[in-house]
Amino acid sequence: MKPSPFEYRAAATLREAIDLLTADPEAVVIAGGQSLMPVLAFRLAAPSMLVDLRMVPGLDTVDIGDAGVRLGALVRWRDIEDDARLAVAHPLLREAIGHVAHYQIRNRGTVGGSLAHADPAAELPGIAVACDAEITLVGAAGARTVDAREFFTGPLSTVRQSDEILTELHLPFWPTDRRWAFREFAQRQGDFALAGLALFYDEDERARVWNAHVGVIGACDRPQRLLEVEAVLNGHPIDDDLIRDAAATAARTVDPPEDIHAGAAYRRALVATLVERGLRAAAQARGA
Amino acid sequence: MRVSFQLNGKPVAAEIEPRTHLADCLRETLRLTGTHLGCEHGACGACTVIVDGAAVHACLMLAVQAEGRAVVTVEGLSADDALTPLQTAFRKHHALQCGFCTPGMLTTAHALLTEEPDADAERIRAVISGNLCRCTGYIPIVEAVLEARAAYRKKP
Repeated sequence: MKPSPFEYRAAATLREAIDLLTADPEAVVIAGGQSLMPVLAFRLAAPSMLVDLRMVPGLDTVDIGDAGVRLGALVRWRDIEDDARLAVAHPLLREAIGHVAHYQIRNRGTVGGSLAHADPAAELPGIAVACDAEITLVGAAGARTVDAREFFTGPLSTVRQSDEILTELHLPFWPTDRRWAFREFAQRQGDFALAGLALFYDEDERARVWNAHVGVIGACDRPQRLLEVEAVLNGHPIDDDLIRDAAATAARTVDPPEDIHAGAAYRRALVATLVERGLRAAAQARGA
Repeated sequence: MRVSFQLNGKPVAAEIEPRTHLADCLRETLRLTGTHLGCEHGACGACTVIVDGAAVHACLMLAVQAEGRAVVTVEGLSADDALTPLQTAFRKHHALQCGFCTPGMLTTAHALLTEEPDADAERIRAVISGNLCRCTGYIPIVEAVLEARAAYRKKP
C-alpha cells in the first residue's frame, strides 16, 4: 500500500526539527526510515508531517573513550559494522548488530530509529537495556537522559514525548577481559528473532562471576534483564550445574508473548536454550 | 515537491508528492521500470537500487530523500547495450527464471562485489538473504555471483 499524504521537511538543525515537532503534535521524525516506512506503507500511522533528520549535523558520530561508547542517532548499522575500534571497545554491540535485518536495511537503518521504534525483538534496544545504557532526548524543554531500562515501556512504546528527538545512546565502558555472548534464534536469516539473548559478566580472581547482566529480546513485551538469572550467576564459578540452574531460572522468569510466530511455551524453552548456549560460549572464550 | 539527483550518471529532476517512495518515482515518474516492486515494505529486495554506492530498498526511501544523491538502477549497470560480466554470469548459470527478482539481485550483487570482490559463498548468501527468489533455489544465483567476482577484482 501507499502511505497516506504528509508534508515533508528536512530540518537543517536540531533546533529547527524540535520547533517543527513542537508546532505540530502529529508530526513524526524520520531518520533511516527502515522501520517507519513499512509502518507508513501499512497505514499503521498517518502523520501530518515527516521531519527528516538527514541534514542535521553532529548526529552521525561514534565516540569511543574512557566513559564508553557514544552512538549518535544517525549512526547506521553499517557504520557500526565497519568501525574496527568497536571490536575491542564493545564486542557485544558489534556482534549483536551483525544480526540486524538485511544488507540493504543495514545501509540505512539507524541507532536512533531502532531505539525510538522500540520493537521488542530488535537487537539494539536489547543491548541498551542489557548494558545499562543511557539514552539522550532533546525537546522543547531541553535535554534529558533516561536509563534504557526506563526508556522502553512496551511494544513500540517509549517515554519519548512527541516533541523530543533521540540524539544519543551511551554505552558504559567495556573492560577488555569481560566475558560475553550474543545469541538469537530466527526462522530465517535477518528476520526478527523469536528470542534473543545478550549477556556478559566479569570474573574475580577465583573465576567467580560478578556483575552478571542477562538481557532478553523477542520473548518479552520490551527488552528486559532477567535479574533472577543474574542473581543465580553472581558469586559462583561457571560450571554445568550453574548453567542448568540459570537456564531453568530464565525459562521460569521470562514472560513471553503468544503470537502467530511462536507460542509462549516454545519461547520459554528457547530462552533457556539460548542462556545455556550463551553461558557455555562466554565461559569457553572471549569473543563468543 | 521537486527532487533532483543523479540517475545512472545523468542529472534528473522530478515533481513528486512527499509520500512517493524512490521506487515509484523511478518507475512511474521517470519511467525506468527495470526496478521492480514486490512487497513495498522492505521484505523482498526486488526494488534494490544503489544510492551513493550502497544497496538500499527503494521502497523504504522517500524520493525526496534522494535529493543530491547518486542513484544507480539495473538500467545503469551497463554503459551500453552489452551485458556486464555479472549479467553474463547470471545468463550462463541460469540464475533467473521468471526474472522478477533479477534487478534486485543484480544491484545487490553489484554493490557487494564492488566493495567486497573476494566475498565467499557464505557472505554472498548472507547478503542476498534480503532478496527473495521463488524460482531458482538460489544455488545458480550464488554460482553466478561467485564467477563474476573475477571482473570486479580487475577494476578496483
